[in-house]
Amino acid sequence: MSEGRRVPRAVGAPVRKKDAEALVTGKPVYTEDIAPRDCLCVKLLRSPHAHAMITSIDVSRARALPGVACVLTWEDVPDRRFTLAGQTYPEFSPYDRLILDRHLRCVGDPVAIIAAQTERQAKAAMRLIRVTYEILPAVLDPEQAMDNGTILHPEEDWRALVPDCGADNRRNLVAHGMEADGDVEAELAKSDIVIDRVYTTRANQQCMMETFRAFTQMDNYGRLKVVTSTQIPFHVRRIVATALDIPKSRVRVVKPRIGGGFGAKQTAVCEIYPAIVTLKTGLPAMLVYTREEAMTISSPRHAMIMHVRLGAMKDGTIRAIDLHTLSNSGAYGEHGPTTVGLSGHKSIPLYTHRMKAFRFAWDVVYTNTMSAGAYRGYGATQGLYAVESAVNELAHALHMDPIALRERSMVREGEVMPAYYGETATSCAMDRCLARARQMIGWDEKYPAYTLPNGHVRGLGMALAMQGSGIAGVDTGAVSIRLGDEGVYNMAIGATDMGTGCDTILAQIAAQSLECPVENITVHGVDTDISPYDSGSYASSTTYITGMAVVKTCAQLREKIIRVGAKLLGCAPEDVLFEGDHVRRAEGEGSVTLAEIAHAGMTAGVEDLSACVAHGSKTSPPPFMAGCVEVDLDPMTGEVKVADYVGVVDCGTVINPNLARIQIEGGLMQGIGMALMENPQMDARGRTVTNSLMQYRIPSRMDARQVRVAFEPSYEPSGPYGAKSIGECVINTPAPAITDAVYNACGVRIRDLPVTAEKLLLHPDFCPAQRRPGERED
Amino acid sequence: MNIGFTLNGQRVQVDAAADDSLYAVLRALNMTSVKCGCETTNCGLCTVHLDGKAVLSCAVPAPRAAGRSVVTLEGLQEEAHALGGCLADEGAEQCGFCAPGLMMNVLALAKENPRATDEEIDAYLAGNLCRCSGYMSQRRAIRRYLDAVAAGMAGEVRT
Amino acid sequence: MATYQNYIVAQSLEEAWTLNQKKSAVIVAGNMWLRMCGLRKQTAIDLSALGLDRIEETEDAFVIGAMTTLRQLETDAALDGAFGGAFAHALAPIVGTQFRNGATIGGSVYSRFGFSDVSALLLALDASVVLAHRGPVPLSQYQQEAWDRDVIAQIRVPKGRRAHVESVRLNATDFPVLVCAASLGEDGLRLVMGARPARAMIVADGLPESAGMETFEALSRSLPLGSNLRGSEAYRRKIAPALMLRAANGACGRD
Repeated sequence: MSEGRRVPRAVGAPVRKKDAEALVTGKPVYTEDIAPRDCLCVKLLRSPHAHAMITSIDVSRARALPGVACVLTWEDVPDRRFTLAGQTYPEFSPYDRLILDRHLRCVGDPVAIIAAQTERQAKAAMRLIRVTYEILPAVLDPEQAMDNGTILHPEEDWRALVPDCGADNRRNLVAHGMEADGDVEAELAKSDIVIDRVYTTRANQQCMMETFRAFTQMDNYGRLKVVTSTQIPFHVRRIVATALDIPKSRVRVVKPRIGGGFGAKQTAVCEIYPAIVTLKTGLPAMLVYTREEAMTISSPRHAMIMHVRLGAMKDGTIRAIDLHTLSNSGAYGEHGPTTVGLSGHKSIPLYTHRMKAFRFAWDVVYTNTMSAGAYRGYGATQGLYAVESAVNELAHALHMDPIALRERSMVREGEVMPAYYGETATSCAMDRCLARARQMIGWDEKYPAYTLPNGHVRGLGMALAMQGSGIAGVDTGAVSIRLGDEGVYNMAIGATDMGTGCDTILAQIAAQSLECPVENITVHGVDTDISPYDSGSYASSTTYITGMAVVKTCAQLREKIIRVGAKLLGCAPEDVLFEGDHVRRAEGEGSVTLAEIAHAGMTAGVEDLSACVAHGSKTSPPPFMAGCVEVDLDPMTGEVKVADYVGVVDCGTVINPNLARIQIEGGLMQGIGMALMENPQMDARGRTVTNSLMQYRIPSRMDARQVRVAFEPSYEPSGPYGAKSIGECVINTPAPAITDAVYNACGVRIRDLPVTAEKLLLHPDFCPAQRRPGERED
Repeated sequence: MNIGFTLNGQRVQVDAAADDSLYAVLRALNMTSVKCGCETTNCGLCTVHLDGKAVLSCAVPAPRAAGRSVVTLEGLQEEAHALGGCLADEGAEQCGFCAPGLMMNVLALAKENPRATDEEIDAYLAGNLCRCSGYMSQRRAIRRYLDAVAAGMAGEVRT
Repeated sequence: MATYQNYIVAQSLEEAWTLNQKKSAVIVAGNMWLRMCGLRKQTAIDLSALGLDRIEETEDAFVIGAMTTLRQLETDAALDGAFGGAFAHALAPIVGTQFRNGATIGGSVYSRFGFSDVSALLLALDASVVLAHRGPVPLSQYQQEAWDRDVIAQIRVPKGRRAHVESVRLNATDFPVLVCAASLGEDGLRLVMGARPARAMIVADGLPESAGMETFEALSRSLPLGSNLRGSEAYRRKIAPALMLRAANGACGRD
């Protein structure tokens, strides 16, 4: 580029989201808003029992009701198992489901599908179905699941596509395995101190405001069109085709605007039901999950029980970590074999710096509870709660400041991380994140706790976190960009914007690469018939993987534009320069506008001015984060509120500071909810009683009134303009940071989330601190 | 039953069941800005103005709207542009699904207490849940909008 | 969802009463809870045309129409002045502004929900319920009765007591785990506990203004408490004295 020419900086600009206008004026952009008026209403009759066999089902009266289009039972669906997990084929998740099964494995498992012209008719029909059940003993406790006499999946056609993951249906095992580096037992024996603890997390719900929903119709070409609120349109196509036993080519999936996902919609929770109705009746059909369904029979976080043994020296050097995770996959195996891996892979590597050995082992079990799925953090959240809590407990045992302890042992840029597939930390500003967070919260003045004039106690706590950026060697994102009339670009992506703003972020990367304003890049929602392939928006992949595909695609398109420009200027491509809105001769006069080039591209087949490039990555560079919290404890009631939360993130280059900031603020709030109030509960018969937003409490804006964030960017050489991921890492620090702050405030260590006022106040160790700011024990 | 009311300034007549909610009636009238997020009066997504007051349309019996004035975001497009611009400048709309309900309540707040403090903003909007944003950006955006309204410049806050 | 075939806007209180004598009828107040309860009825009775949405101040009391919303109570200047801001403080934590724009005092009182912050406050203030046929009934009595078919017209709140409500909630906008409403009158201090989780009850009356932690702890020991999703009996018992203390301090104008 010529000297003195200003290239507009699209990367790093806080631009508005491309579809902001439509969203804030209430335009019909979501699935239900754009559904045909004549869609059949689909409802599911669900199992009241945690474990049962259908012995008889009579739907004759329901079918006879006016307006009822169809009532389907297990006898009406293909006898072919599949998984609902949205993962690249061959999925790690076992093929253990049918659309409807005689064998019911959890409360809420579907018994019958009802489709009628109106919701009232569908509900009336549902009441007329008569079912008799043979009730089977239920396995509700994950610690009793393995090798239990009751087998959840005795079926002959149960299938694990990736046998390496140690799945064994006869043992109620979804996955099982171990990996290690060095001699962990020997290193623990050589340690001055071993922290040996068990931590427990629950099956938290994503609670995106738009529940699961999809509508289906037969298109003019006899193909099944599925319009769905999903993070994984291409996987949905495969899942629906497999479940219905029809060719994938007969299925087309469209993703409109979606009202949040957070991983919930990385499982095809609802699509198969309207799809089979449409296939059977030829009529359009829609299923909208009620909030109760979304809270009781969906795809929550895997509840995990984690046993950590952490060996350290008196000076705080962490020598060895031994982690065993028991993960509860629920009635089906969706995301079971994969989430568990992150509990170790995204926690142990934080202490690579001086670590001599580690061991990470896991068991994932079936139980007669709602099937788990993907939730932001995907196992890392659970693992980091355990490992970071153990590190905090180590700091207390050694009378060390937990920040000083981290500074000794945490991973540094350039280090190889044996517990992270041997990858190198090619970009890591963890040290800067920690220093900044420490300063922002006022750590040195306040730690560990102090008392306010009103008697409330303030406690300080902190934690570190990491995640990945895409799944190395698996995730694929392709992007196609076409130069259109007037020199404006059409970009097609298969990545799914779920409110995160990836349409905008990818347009910013394209604008940077093509040296044009962001407005000159148009982006379109996903349609599997039209969009280039993308594995989907999950695993923190979009900015890093698809973003790099944008960079590569733009580079290829630039070459083509230069070729056409040079041709129009009558010179060789080497002799011209691309300068955003025009191509000019490098030496001397002569320039041709992008619009003229575009026009030439549409005349007499000069050259196709479009490009499409796919990208995948051999590595998954972690974003890093430090979180510090100040909690406020009411010593008379045990109530805890977050008074101040500080999160400092290294996500590499920040593509859009506004959208990245809200990822952090939003992720922290979800983490705060997990730590302090979200408390999924089940009764003795396996029914989820936290079945609404009335009973399952997510943070309101009154619960944590100060959350502050900052960036400490590193530069990731393998990412687009140095970027890594951000979306998931940000949910990981609150649980360990808050539990330690609470410990500092009142002496109670909570090892089973969430922290509740009751657990604290009734605990024998409850003893609110009486201190001045910064006053320490030693 | 036949119910007549004013919707965004226009007289409408609808045929509804006795036990229909105002929410169901508004969706049937294509007021797609009105969303349902919870079914238990906890989320605030279905907020509309009934005779000028912010109410949860999922809990208003449709017949109770008879003869009254109902306003949805579709009827407040000018305000939506101004307030929405503030939200968009922060990226606070995120997935956008809760935005119309939130905005309807913010517009009620702006009428009732245009000089609201941050604390009052949070308290007034406590019944509007959002799972994406973590609320901080919403508060920044609303602060900016209310300040502009107070200064008589709401129409100019779009940047 | 509650279902019904007819929706009748009553033109007189007597008409509402007559309609409500049938078991197949139900009165729709704010419709906040009714819609969720799964009732299947023939007729819904709407009281909103009866002018029962007003707060009237007389010399010695406030007469509050049954259809008055919680938000009206919260923002009424006269109520605020008479009871030291107790209504605003007690009602503000309930769900959200829009909810309180819909929920009515009559609905709250009729339902006799254990979790009701409103009932606890009204009990502390010696309120009575004015029923269409039975006339005035003390809330303390009405609160104990089973659901009946009379129609609440008004709630009468006598002047003369200062009140303050304290609660513990799992998070903001949730139901209370436990509520204490204290009021101070010429006869001394009254304490009401709600969300026990059973219906609110008066646990002490005529206590000296100087009553302290020892008294509150003694009261808490014998307080009938139970467990639910939001908290155990043991936790409620442990926090009860603290809530009593804080509510009493508020009612007595202490910090």
